[in-house]
Amino acid sequence: MSFDFDRLVVDDVSRNFGRRRALTRVSLTCHGGEIVGLLGPNGAGKSTLLAILSTLLAPSSGVVRYGAADARTAGHALRARLGLLGHDLYLYPELTARENLEFFARLYGLAGPRERVTQALTRAGLAERADDMVSGFSRGMRQRLALERALLHAPRLLLLDEPFTGLDDASGQALVARLRGLRHEGAIVVVATHDLDLAEGLLDKVAVLRDGRLLQVSDSAASLRDRYRETIQAAARTADHGRGGASAGRPS
Amino acid sequence: MRQFLRVAWVVMRKDLTVEMRSREIVYTTVFFAASCVLVFAFALVREGRPLEDAAAGILWISIAFAGTLGLGRTFERERHTETLRALMLAPSDRPAIYVGKLLGILALLAVVEAVLIPMIGVLFHAPFMGSPFWLFALLFTGTVGFASVGTLFAAMLVRARSRDVLLPVLLYPITIPVIIAGVRGTAAILQATPDEPMARFWVALLLFFDVVFVTLSLWTFEPLMTE
Repeated sequence: MSFDFDRLVVDDVSRNFGRRRALTRVSLTCHGGEIVGLLGPNGAGKSTLLAILSTLLAPSSGVVRYGAADARTAGHALRARLGLLGHDLYLYPELTARENLEFFARLYGLAGPRERVTQALTRAGLAERADDMVSGFSRGMRQRLALERALLHAPRLLLLDEPFTGLDDASGQALVARLRGLRHEGAIVVVATHDLDLAEGLLDKVAVLRDGRLLQVSDSAASLRDRYRETIQAAARTADHGRGGASAGRPS
Repeated sequence: MRQFLRVAWVVMRKDLTVEMRSREIVYTTVFFAASCVLVFAFALVREGRPLEDAAAGILWISIAFAGTLGLGRTFERERHTETLRALMLAPSDRPAIYVGKLLGILALLAVVEAVLIPMIGVLFHAPFMGSPFWLFALLFTGTVGFASVGTLFAAMLVRARSRDVLLPVLLYPITIPVIIAGVRGTAAILQATPDEPMARFWVALLLFFDVVFVTLSLWTFEPLMTE
């Protein structure tokens, strides 16, 4: 069963872990051809939201719609259109770069897995290290390989958690160019990041989270750094005022 | 169905490739199982004469202990690299992932049993080859019954903090009927004249357990793995 969508709607989503509330009534809409940034300090709920969008985590309340369907109705046809690059890279260190990608290509039932994998390794700049164990790779090389793993099946929705971690300048710029290419192809890209320098000029929409709440959604990433700091610091002042304390949460 | 089997095959092949490279789990489980047998041999064999039916009990206890160790390590590997999440993201029926992992565990336990059978045969003077067909049937059905529940629990507990303690605590009470059936069936074929009708009865009972456990595991795997 093929499944496609060009709109992602997060509708009033909350998620609890026991008594702790990780997300509180988050609503957000993303369209095809958009790169959406999730910004916020550590523990803001960015990774939880990405896990919910990837269907790995079910919301405690609220719903996520992929086009007209939700995760339950679309089933595994939806997962064929999702790509996730988490903070953990989902690679097997005991396998070679080629074996890792071939495993995922076969798991996804992709046609011509060998050719796809060879192309992906070339894009990642790892063609010469294709038959080396991933355990011997640097963090940046693993990150590039993991990105190709997430893109191997040409997902409609790409979810990236701190994708610039461990990348040198050239690799970071290559990733930015790759994400722009995906935007051009009509994919929805959601990026959780702290790297405002790379994010600025890349993002079409910015959602700022703090303590599991969505503080601000803006359609422009212009002067991102200033506005992000203002939003986070204003929220921290409000929280401190509410507690009557002097300590403030600061963006990391 | 083809897609289901393809995914199960791909996952099993990956697990075996990883294990062939590291040999971490096979060495530790075989070493652990062989150590169990040696300790029991010192305790239960006096003046070259083992206790009656001891061999059958030692065989299944060693399989259970080694299996628990192997199950824990297999999923610890997936937890360490968080790759279980990547498997859960695959666009296939999630029970296919379960079947792939189960097949990998069965292959591992087959290696352990291939070492244990001759070892127990020599140390406990157990004529395992008196009824090779029934021995194979008992080992196969018993191992499937044990591993089917074990694979489900090990996957379920992969994020639990005290998973190493919880796995045997949950697994052994449920699989005790399987282990008892394995012991009684094996004891029947180790008699001076193998009691094949009795072995057939225990194999049938083990088959029943297998059907129940595998069906329940396939049914519950997806909801249990959705966080």
